[in-house]
Formats: sequence, structure tokens, C-alpha cells
Amino acid sequence: MSAAYNPQKVAELISAQINRPGALLPILHAIQDELGYIPPDSVTQIAAAVNLTRADVHGVITFYHHFHTTPPAWHTIHVCRAEACQSMGADRLAEHVERNLANSPPNVFEVQPVYCLGLCANAPAIMINEQLHARVTPEKFDRLIGPLADKS
Amino acid sequence: MSIPIFVPRDSAALAMGSDVVAQRIMIEAKQRGLDVHVVRNGSRGLLWLEPMIEVQTDHGRIAFGPVDDTDIPGLFDAHFHEGGTHPLALGPTDEIPFLKQQERLTFARVGVTDPLSLADYLAHDGFQGLHTALQAEPDHIVRIVTESGLRGRGGAAFPTGIKWHTVRNTPANQKYIVCNADEGDSGTFADRMLMEGDPFALIEGMTIAALAVGATQGYIYVRSEYPQAILILNKAITMAQQAGYIGAHILGSEKQFELEVRKAAGSYVCGEETAMLESIEGKRGIVRAKPPLPAITGLFGKPTVINNVISLASVPIILAKGADFYKNHGLGRSRGTLPFQLAGNVKQGGLIEKAFGITLRELLYDFGGGTASGRPIKAVQVGGPLGSYLPESHWDTPMDYEAFAALQATVGHGGIVVHDDTADLAKLARYAMKFCAIESCGKCTPCRIGATRGVEVMDKIIGNQDRPAQIELLRDLCDTMLNGSLCAMGGMTPFPVLSALNHFPHDFQKENAATTGEHHV
Repeated sequence: MSAAYNPQKVAELISAQINRPGALLPILHAIQDELGYIPPDSVTQIAAAVNLTRADVHGVITFYHHFHTTPPAWHTIHVCRAEACQSMGADRLAEHVERNLANSPPNVFEVQPVYCLGLCANAPAIMINEQLHARVTPEKFDRLIGPLADKS
Repeated sequence: MSIPIFVPRDSAALAMGSDVVAQRIMIEAKQRGLDVHVVRNGSRGLLWLEPMIEVQTDHGRIAFGPVDDTDIPGLFDAHFHEGGTHPLALGPTDEIPFLKQQERLTFARVGVTDPLSLADYLAHDGFQGLHTALQAEPDHIVRIVTESGLRGRGGAAFPTGIKWHTVRNTPANQKYIVCNADEGDSGTFADRMLMEGDPFALIEGMTIAALAVGATQGYIYVRSEYPQAILILNKAITMAQQAGYIGAHILGSEKQFELEVRKAAGSYVCGEETAMLESIEGKRGIVRAKPPLPAITGLFGKPTVINNVISLASVPIILAKGADFYKNHGLGRSRGTLPFQLAGNVKQGGLIEKAFGITLRELLYDFGGGTASGRPIKAVQVGGPLGSYLPESHWDTPMDYEAFAALQATVGHGGIVVHDDTADLAKLARYAMKFCAIESCGKCTPCRIGATRGVEVMDKIIGNQDRPAQIELLRDLCDTMLNGSLCAMGGMTPFPVLSALNHFPHDFQKENAATTGEHHV
């Protein structure tokens, strides 16, 4: 899922985006999409390409919730914590998710809050990796997560 | 002739398992030697029935739902593909009351057509507005949009035509059209449904805006939480370019318009228009002080039209059918229709496009059928996380920008989140402050520090520490945020907090101090 920092690869990703106006976000997306995260070591290279300081680039990466500077776990689970999902028991679901995954091996599952997946009429909603799931009960969550836990 | 079976590819349908349903239909049909094919349409917006599938019959389209993949063999046994009866049958789609009672202008094609079929789009009045615009003087386009009464559907409700007029009359060598598709409000999904269900309508609307103001480059800023919308938009843009609807020569004319999707990165405040411009420019999403207005000094310092998805997607029908057609819907200064999004603890949630003037009570009960839990409705939050919580005494107010403003509430983007009587409004008020603390861009003090202090004060109120003084402090803090914040993030966070406090004071006076419910938040 994630790969180590490879200056050559990052250079290719940067050069594919560099001519777009306001290229920094497209560059960061390209790197994270490819490597699974933005290696801190790549910041110098990115900063040089977009003619900004390392502090500026670091500031942009850390401003946005979407970008990560450490390799992700095998499976990322986003649990919606916004109002519509709260009204349908998202807090209870989140507690269940925590409990269920508490004893899983390290780096297999990572749980992140998300504030709205746009599935508000089918709440509560979660996203497992890029896959959306709506009307998620604790039982449905266990069904969804079972095969992932077995394979890891 | 091959029979079309419609299985939505809208995110809500996908999240309810529509991909598996589509696959199962194809497998079953093949095994049975039946000549059917699957069309992946958008969603009709009857979201409690998703996945809702439809078949084309001689008597129009017949709906079935909610369909699980295990239902498919039984549906074929019942000859559903020829309109046969089955317990999941919902009858003719257009006759389902939830849909029949709507006024679908902006969403006329959503769920009806294949979103990625130009032929479908053209067969359902697509690009008529663009043809009208190409033959009109730019000033005339601006005049039509102004006369239609269309106001910004993102929530601020600024008259679209007036914004366009400013950009049109600001001389510059480069102008931009930016579509704000950073739909971060909980309880809203109209932008997503439109982008996934009728992307050409948005492309057409943006192209008309470009012709009106003299812009040649457009960006659609889509939140990263909407991968399906990004995928469909990118495909639709490529198709529109290849067919000559956008590009160097719009429909063979000398007019040019290029369009690009920009993926956001999970920051709520980037839905604020100036923070969004900063983000597109590759910076942190920090709010800019206004003036200068983006219409004069916008993206990369150039005059920029910034409109919400629904505003822009409403433009084609206004150009095609005229300002009067659109203006004749609605009331007062709220003209046209709004796609309301009914969400949260509601039995029949979904998208309801209606003219302004409908009441909350009609939406909650006539369309929504009450709560999903079967318990009484306690509070309704209208207009996203920055909208007020409304008690039953306010549910007969007509949906109208001015009427809601008079209640210190907002119609916003038309999102309606229903809470039943188990909801704790003190906890929701705390959440509003916490959300603001998480998402504040940090530029102005009332928002950056006020939200964090707000969480602390709410914790004391919930924990029953010195309540009268803390409530006074909370009101004082809200006053500072309301009047001193740079943008709506800090400036409107007091709306949910104060409305919860004013309309549901009992929740702030509970005997036993409840836990704050803090986990990740």
C-alpha cells in the first residue's frame, strides 16, 4: 500500500504536475496517491520545485487533514462523526469500531474521524479504504471488517 | 430489443451495495439467456429506497427497491424486467408521491439519464441553454440570470447575476470561473448528486458563465471525500472537450473555455470562497479579508466568478426556458427552486427539489414521514453545521431566505438534519464549538481562540460547574464570534450554539452531569 521515499519517483510525479497553475496541491495529491503518504524527506525536493521554502510546504501539508507524513496502516477506516450521522448513532458506532479493533495487530487498521461523506440520508456512514458503506450497524461493521482482518 | 435496467452509480446507492446488484443482474440475465443491459444512472434521490432499480417498460419506468443482490433471482422469476409484480415493486417511478410532488428543474435529468451519455443529455434538453448563450450578447446573458432571481445556492444567497455583472465589467486579460464543490456541510449532498448524476449540466452552466463574463479558464474544486464525483466529472469533461462543447472553439465558435477539476484535501474552511481560492493557488486554506471582492481580485489576483454547483447547474434551464419561467417559482426574494436534502434521523430521507415557500413541517412529515427511529422529532438543524437548531414552533415558517434570517436561522445550502427526542442539544452545541476549533483556519482570533474557549465553557456547563456564570460567558463569547470573525466559520458557529441554548434550555440544566461523549472529536 505504501512505498518508501524514492527521489526519482517523486521527481517524475512533480514534473507531471508542475506546469499547472497552483501546482502544490496537485503535486501533494500525486505523491500521496502513489506512495500512500508524503515522506518528510521529500519536502526539500517539493519546495525546490515550486520555489517555496520548506516551511511553506510543511505548512501546506499539515494544514490539510487529507495529507499524511507517515505511512498509512493497511486499512484506513473513516468513521463519519458529523451531525447527521450522530443523529443515527455514529457515536455508538465509533465506540464499537474502537473496541472491535483494539486488539488487532499494529499497522493493520487505522481509524480516522471524517466530517461528512455526503451519505447523510443513509446514516451512519463509514469509508473503508475507498469503499463507502451506509446505514452501518455494529453487526454490519463486523461483517465488513471480518475478511480484511483475516487476510492481514 | 434489449431491455434497459437502471442501477444507480450514485455514491449513496454504491454505499448501499448497488455495484453488487448490477453485477448480479448481469450474471442472472446471462444465465437465463435474457436480452437485458444495465444502465448506471444517477440516483432519483429516494435515498431510503437505495439501491432502487428501474426497468423500462411500454408504460414508462417501473421502480423496485430497496434491492439486495439476493433479491435478484426472485425478481427475474417474477419477470420484473417486463414490469412483473414483486414485493419490492414500487410502481411507476414518476408516480411515487415523494417524486411526483417535487418540482425538478435543476435535477430534471438526475436519475433519469446515464450521466456519461452525451446522447442522453441532448435527448433531455441538454446544451439548449448553451446554444442560446452563444447567440446572445454577454450582457444579455447576465441580464437573464439577474432577472431570473437566482441567488447563490451555496448558502450565502448572493444574487448570481449581480456577481457576474461585476466580473463582466472588470477589465482583465484573464478571468476565471470557479465552481465551489467543497460541499462539507453535514446533511448536504445535492452537489454530490448533481455532479455524479448530471455532470454535463454543471459543465454547461460553467461554460455559459464563461461566455457571460469573458472567462477562458474554469476550475471545479471538489472535496477529496467525493472520489466518485471527481471520477465522473473528469470523464464528462473529457467527453465534452472531444465533442467540442468546451475547449478552444466552443461549438465551432471563436469562444474558448478550458475546464479542470481540482481535488481538495479535507479542509472544511476551504468551502469559504476566499480560502478556496488560496487552496487552488496551492496554499494553506486561509481566509482572505474582503474587500477586495473575488469578483474583482480573485483567483491569481484576477476577476473570478465563484458559484456553488447548484447555482451553476441551474443556469442552463434559465437560459433555455427564460428568466420568467424560473422566477415564477418561489416567493418574495427567494425565486426558483431549492434542492432540499432531508437527512439524519428521518424515515424517508433524500433529495426534494421544491420551489421556495414549502414549510419545514411539510418536508419533515409529508416527504420524510417522521423519524427513522419512530420517536418524536425534537430538533431540526437547517443549513449545515453553522445552521440553527429549530424547535417545533418554527417548523411552519416558509423556506425563504429572509424568513429564516428573521429567525436568526439560515436556509443555507438546503440541508436538513433531523434529531429525535434522544438528542442532547447541549452535546450538539459543544460539538459545534469543537468542529469550529478543528476546522478554523486560524487567521482571526474570535474563531481560532473563541471556539476552543467555547468547548471549555460547554464542558463546564455540561459538567454542572457554575452554570449561570458559564452560560453568560457562553453568550458573551458567541457575541464576539458573531460580530468579530472574518468569515462565516467563526461568525455562524454561534447559530447552532445559541439556538440550542435558547430553544432547548432544559438540555443545559440537566441534574446529572452527562459525559461529553468525547472520543475522537
